[in-house]
This record gives sequence, C-alpha cells and structure tokens, in this order.
Amino acid sequence: MSAVARSVAVTALVTVLGSGAFWWGTDGFTAFTAETARRVDILRAPRPLPAAVLEDQDGRVFNLDDYRGRLLAVEVIYTRCTTICNSLGMAFRQIRDRVPAEALGRDVALLSISFDPERDDPASLKAYGIAHGADGEHWRLARVRDAAQLRALLEAFGVVVIADRFGGFEHNAAIHLVGRDGRLVEISDLDAPLQFAAKLVETL
Amino acid sequence: MTAIAPDRARIGFCALGALYLLLAAPPVRSWLEATMSGHMLVQIPLLAAIGFAACRLLGARHQERLLAIAGGPIPLVVMAFFASSWWMLPRALDDALAHPLVEVAKFVSLPTLVGLPLALAWRRLGIIGRGFVWTNFISMLAVLGWLYIAAPQRLCNSYLVDQQASAGWLMVKLALLLFAAWLGHLFVAGPPVGNPRAVHGP
Repeated sequence: MSAVARSVAVTALVTVLGSGAFWWGTDGFTAFTAETARRVDILRAPRPLPAAVLEDQDGRVFNLDDYRGRLLAVEVIYTRCTTICNSLGMAFRQIRDRVPAEALGRDVALLSISFDPERDDPASLKAYGIAHGADGEHWRLARVRDAAQLRALLEAFGVVVIADRFGGFEHNAAIHLVGRDGRLVEISDLDAPLQFAAKLVETL
Repeated sequence: MTAIAPDRARIGFCALGALYLLLAAPPVRSWLEATMSGHMLVQIPLLAAIGFAACRLLGARHQERLLAIAGGPIPLVVMAFFASSWWMLPRALDDALAHPLVEVAKFVSLPTLVGLPLALAWRRLGIIGRGFVWTNFISMLAVLGWLYIAAPQRLCNSYLVDQQASAGWLMVKLALLLFAAWLGHLFVAGPPVGNPRAVHGP
C-alpha cells in the first residue's frame, strides 16, 4: 500500500472509530453532561431503588417500599438550602395541586428526602414542609438516618451532593417519578412541574 | 535529528514515570480533581504532556517506525483530536470521578492517544499543519471556556457553579495567551520549515 493510501485508510478508520465512540459515549450525540445522561438512561431502563428506612417530619419510621403500588414523586433536598430546594418545593406544590384530590394519597404520594440527616431532624423537616405547603400525609418530608442506605439511595437516584464553601451543599435537582413497581421511571426538570403533573395524571 | 544518548533517555523515562506515578497517587489525584480547573487545566494537560515527552525519548528509529505504522501524521492528529475532545465532555469528567475504570481509561488514553500521536506527527507537520492544530486547539479552548462561563446551570454534577465559571475564565485567558504566544513565535522564529531539527523522512 502506498504511503498516501495508508494515510487515507488509517485516517478513515480513526474517524469512524472516534465518531462511533462519541456516538456511544453521548447516547447518540444527545447527552453531553452526566445529568442528561442519567435522565436518558432511566427513560430507557427504569432503575430499581435500594431498600431504605426513612424517618418523617413527625418522627414516624417507614420503608421506601411502603409506597409500592402507588406513584411516588420524589425530590431530594436539604432544609437549610435557600436556592434550588425552594424552587423544588414550589414545583412540588404545583404538582400536588394538580393531582385530583381523590387520587392523592390513594394512588399518588409525594416525598421530599433530605440528604443531610445530621441537621435535618424532624423539626427542621416539619418547618420546611410548612413553608412549602406540605400536609405531612400525602406529601411527607423524611430523612434517611443510615449513612450507607442514604449513599445507596443517592447513587440510585443519580444525585451528586457536594459541600460548598458556605456550609451548605450543591446538588443536582430534579423531580423523580417512582413507578408502582418501586422503580425509578423518569427524571424531570424542575422548571417543568406542570408537564410532570400532566404526565402523572395521565398514568392514573 | 540528534539521537538521544541512552542514559539521558533512561533518566528522562524515570522522571516521566515518577511524574506519572505522582499524578496517579491518591492524594495528588484528589487534590487536583477537587477543582475543575485543576482537573481540566493541570491534570489532563500534564498527562498528555507526559505522552508527548515520552515519545521524544523513544529515539528517532522507533518514532519513524511508529509513524510508518500509523500511516503518517494526519491519522495521528485526527486520533489526538478525538481523544482530547472526549476528555473535554463534561460527562467524561464526572464519569472519571465516579467510576474508577473511567479514571484508569483517562490516565491511559491521555498519554497514549493524545500526547504520543501529537509528538509523532508534530515534526512532520509543516506550517499549515501546525497552524491547523494550534488554531483548532485554541478556538476549542476559547469556545468551551465561554460555554462554561455562560452556562446557567452546572454542566458537571461533581463541581460547583463558581468553579465552572472560574475554569471557564481560565480557559479563555489561556486561549488568548496561547494565541499571542503562537503568533509571536511565528513572527519572531519564522516558519518552522527552515528549522534544522525538522525531519525530512528516513
């Protein structure tokens, strides 16, 4: 093979392999960030969630599995958060208000899970709930006390939490939908709560 | 090209190996990866630079053979382009932090698929080829930096928004600096065609 032909052939090969790698690595040129990637991934393959014991704003202990058979909207927060969690709280309220009253609690529930169990005791959870209009029954606020369970849960949801310089946290925020079979089926953007609510009502 | 004396090459390899191990050492790794700038603008370029320098220590004969196998400089530049672009994806950075296997892939691919091919190709590239590589790299750095500054939300789940912005500013500044340096080099040193160290085939 002449030098030029070889050069062309290898260049073509490298280009095909390189483009293929990018196609595969970005889910068909759609997901360039890890956040989009986790959403695309979950739409394609709903993810089972690990067992977790939670404690709610009234100190009641329950299992995540107790919600099986119902649709569950989950947000992941910490109560001292002054920025994105407030938007999440508002989005959650809008969703709650759009779920038909007869379905709420029976077929649909909302759950705010705190990733800061040290400081988010039932009292802080309660205060956060009151501030955002949660009733504590159909929309509960809870913390996971066991560190290993919390880590596994965050991992399954794809939520990355990092401490910022001001004693708070930065975390990726979204609204998660857990199906009746207890699997995470969809992750929605928090600026589109109405679409999320519409979809929720549709699946009732 | 002057051949590198074997003992000098050995010392060079040892130094590069030590730098590589230092970068791979858990405390240094987590220190550099703690900030986006340290990860993108120190660790990743250093890994590529290790591959580049290691290639220069190989000796002329080995370099020529590798070049011949690859089919000349163009496929090598394309390979370096793909591999370096990969590690500019925000999700690649996140994945490297979240999955040890991706981290290993980063440590292996940056020297072998970015630094080494570029070093092999570089001497064969004329002023046009080098200019193409430089302008491509500089514009990519500037555009990506601008994207990081302007992005309203976090692109990497592992880094804070203000880190993203500061990495973006550093990238834009670096792009300007590199552009000035490259331009200045062209005018001061003249085109590299007359460079006595350039290789004109075996």
